[in-house]
Amino acid sequence: MSTTTGTATIETGVAAGGQAPRSRARARAQRTGSRYAFLVPTVYITFLMLPIYWLFNMSLKTNQEILSKFTLWPDEPTLANYMVIFTDPSWYNGYINSITYVVLNTVISVAVALPAAYAFSRYKFLGDKHLFFWLLTNRMAPPAVFALPFFQLYSAFGLIDTHLAVALAHCLFNVPLAVWILEGFMSGVPKEIDETAYIDGYSFPKFFGKIFMPLIASGIGVAAFFCFMFSWVELLIARTLTTTAAKPIAATMTRTVSASGMDWGVLAAAGVLTIVPGALVIYFVRNYIAKGFALGRV
Amino acid sequence: MEKTVNNKAWFMVLPVLLLVAFTAVIPLMTVVNYAFQDSFGNNQFFWVGIEWFQELLASERFHDALVRNLIFSFSILAIEIPLGIGIALCMPKKGWGVPVCLVLMALPLLVPWNVVGTIWQVFGRADIGLLGYFLNLIGINYNYTQDPIAAWATVIVMDVWHWTSLVVLLCYAGLVSIPEAYYQAARIDGASRWAVFRYIQLPKMHSVLLIAVLLRFMDSFMIYTEPFVVTGGGPGNSTTFLSIDLVKMAIGQFDLGPAAAMSLVYFLIILLFSWVFYTVMNNAGAEKKHYAGEE
Repeated sequence: MSTTTGTATIETGVAAGGQAPRSRARARAQRTGSRYAFLVPTVYITFLMLPIYWLFNMSLKTNQEILSKFTLWPDEPTLANYMVIFTDPSWYNGYINSITYVVLNTVISVAVALPAAYAFSRYKFLGDKHLFFWLLTNRMAPPAVFALPFFQLYSAFGLIDTHLAVALAHCLFNVPLAVWILEGFMSGVPKEIDETAYIDGYSFPKFFGKIFMPLIASGIGVAAFFCFMFSWVELLIARTLTTTAAKPIAATMTRTVSASGMDWGVLAAAGVLTIVPGALVIYFVRNYIAKGFALGRV
Repeated sequence: MEKTVNNKAWFMVLPVLLLVAFTAVIPLMTVVNYAFQDSFGNNQFFWVGIEWFQELLASERFHDALVRNLIFSFSILAIEIPLGIGIALCMPKKGWGVPVCLVLMALPLLVPWNVVGTIWQVFGRADIGLLGYFLNLIGINYNYTQDPIAAWATVIVMDVWHWTSLVVLLCYAGLVSIPEAYYQAARIDGASRWAVFRYIQLPKMHSVLLIAVLLRFMDSFMIYTEPFVVTGGGPGNSTTFLSIDLVKMAIGQFDLGPAAAMSLVYFLIILLFSWVFYTVMNNAGAEKKHYAGEE
């Protein structure tokens, strides 16, 4: 990471070695520029955090306080809204359902994508380029197109309202994504490693498990993270395929509209709780997020 | 890397193939099947040929949704891409600020899409939302459920909030991959800040920017959940994008034929863009190798 110093270094460098008056003036201008550069990310992060803060703020208020007066922080912070969620099975089961199908989907996606990505990164075979492109098109398919046919397909197999149905349906966009990310990481491993392993008498499965997988461990982590993420945030398909037994937490949130009006406090608390898993996993992959979004090609 | 020809590699791709065939090909065939038939319930279907397609391509409803969607996608690109580059350039390159920035900026990307909608729905309300309350306090009559302009502004600001970080992260990854030697050379030549950006940073960000532009274009073209939660496509039809219209037709009204025809046209438009994406990206990759070979 020694090459990551960037503009800050140029500017100090220019300042130190500024012989000509012209470049000194410019150096000064750049230094003042860089001194205030931190303001941009700060303002941006504030913009990002404000709506989330507002949701958090609301989740700690009573409905009466939310509706009767406008306060920037709760007058009497209460955890009652969270208690509603943690004590009512129809709420916390939504959580368990979401996590179940997300994990199931991540495992399936990464498991089938591993050998395929290896094939794409190491071999040429009949129709490989077309196949790769076809996989990509599935990542680009609008979920709205698939909502209705999915419903009919999974009804025919009797899978409606099961975790497996949602996990399989999310493979539509997660498998291509996992193949792409893993292929990017695998192409970074020199081929000589495979050849040396074969010469040393390793069988393919043994080589793959013992030598190759540890080498691309970070790639597997990133692919798993992205599968987790896209399955976690998707709702249209998940909601179409479930009714009660496998209903995701995000879909349960629509329940807060009742005859007596919106239950804003509980809605906000549920929203805050859906952000927590994302915030937890993001910390582990913070240095690889961009590489994952670039499909392993930065 | 030289690849060896090996047709047995097909066996390694087979699991993916079967899975994607089940999740993509079979449903797509159902859609194609419906697109050419009409139904009067009771599972009776009649062949209608290309009638649905003719009807769709002539319908004002589809044109309007398509135009709205294109305007939306291009406004998103015009705002998010320059903003993302600017923020990435200003981000700290080392020290404690880096992980803090990365984690906080990535946070909106992991919020479930309907919760993004809920957050902004609440945030923009004049009675209980921070944004709506303050806008009305300073005299701007802001109400996204009544005023189409306010609804559009809300949907666009929400998307900027949700996805600009993706552009920032990608650009940042491109920026940190620039070797220090490039900057030293620029310093010796007395290059201006603009020249450093134009001739060193921008070319290095080229490939990631391409990915950012195309990912943002395609995802905003498929947008459904967030505007649906905030505005429900309204007021009137002013924020009804293609996906919202499609779901309304397929699941709300259960018009299988027209919905299937629209799905196919919609998918073909996206397919066209993915093809451009794939070709351009591959060419960019080839160019990169070309340059690397020269160095």
